[in-house]
Amino acid sequence: MTVIVKIIVRFISAMIMLFGAYLVLHGHLTPGGGFAGGVILASGFVLLTLAYGKEMVLKKLSFTAASIMESLGALLFLMIAVAGFIGGYFFLNVLPKGEPFKLLSAGIIPLCNISIGLKVSGALFLVFVVLSSMSVKGKRGK
Amino acid sequence: MPAGASDFAVCIFPGELKVVELILLLLFVIFGAVIAVQIRSLLSAVVAFGVVGFALCVIFFILRAPDVAIAQLIVEVLVLVLLIRATGVRRDLTEYRGGLLEIFAVSSVLVFVLVFGIFTLWALHHIPDFGEPLMTVSRSYIEQGLQKTGAANIVASVLFDFRGYDTLGEATVLFTAVIGALAVLRVKGRKKVDERDDSNS
Repeated sequence: MTVIVKIIVRFISAMIMLFGAYLVLHGHLTPGGGFAGGVILASGFVLLTLAYGKEMVLKKLSFTAASIMESLGALLFLMIAVAGFIGGYFFLNVLPKGEPFKLLSAGIIPLCNISIGLKVSGALFLVFVVLSSMSVKGKRGK
Repeated sequence: MPAGASDFAVCIFPGELKVVELILLLLFVIFGAVIAVQIRSLLSAVVAFGVVGFALCVIFFILRAPDVAIAQLIVEVLVLVLLIRATGVRRDLTEYRGGLLEIFAVSSVLVFVLVFGIFTLWALHHIPDFGEPLMTVSRSYIEQGLQKTGAANIVASVLFDFRGYDTLGEATVLFTAVIGALAVLRVKGRKKVDERDDSNS
């Protein structure tokens, strides 16, 4: 890509990832949530991949790190669900509810949002990397 | 009633539900979908598919569902980038298959559309009016969501508390799909290891 695209992406991608993190963390207060925020985080990495190439991005978030992120998100979500057995049943909101409209409220829901965001961002980044490395015929370099 | 998700859309689209715009947008979606299926060039089909997705996003905003609209918009952008980048759009499907088979395909599609349309119209008499759902289960979610979960966004309280089991299933589906994609499209094959094992034994 040209210099203009690279310079602009350098500024924009940080803001995109910040917005994604905001959507994940405020999922229980504003529209958005874990899935949308996770997709925005993944698309920030996708933008970096399109502008700078795969090698530079894989240095920042390697293949192994992304797959660990995805598995950790799924496992964390399942562990939150199982933690409901402390109080009685599956998916019980065991943590204190807190005051509504504050960031630290709603019990397990922010934790669920964070785990889903981790999982979705890792998964979509992995799928993009795999599909884009497949399209180059003959040179399937790692 | 807490200032929840719907107020965000109300300040963008004030007033009542706009049914005429909704019908126009739905027709637009149908035309885009037909073009995406019928057009020969692969890149044009991807662009028409994007038109369908963005029109759906506007429809979700008009229906005051900003959560769904945000998810639809972002996923649409990512899928468009993925499709254009990954499918290798250099090859165009410019060949045209005419003849008897085409006529048979089009006529059978029209017959099936007619049959399903008649049955759909017959079934649509029995569902409640548009914008007035029955609200047997969701009424208690809306009324007691804030007290029971403490989440200001009612969509989050339904997704992760009342219907957490469904979200777990959805997360499992995504996990399995990604594992399948990685297994099919993996860069490093197992073949070399097998060959070495064969030569050793």
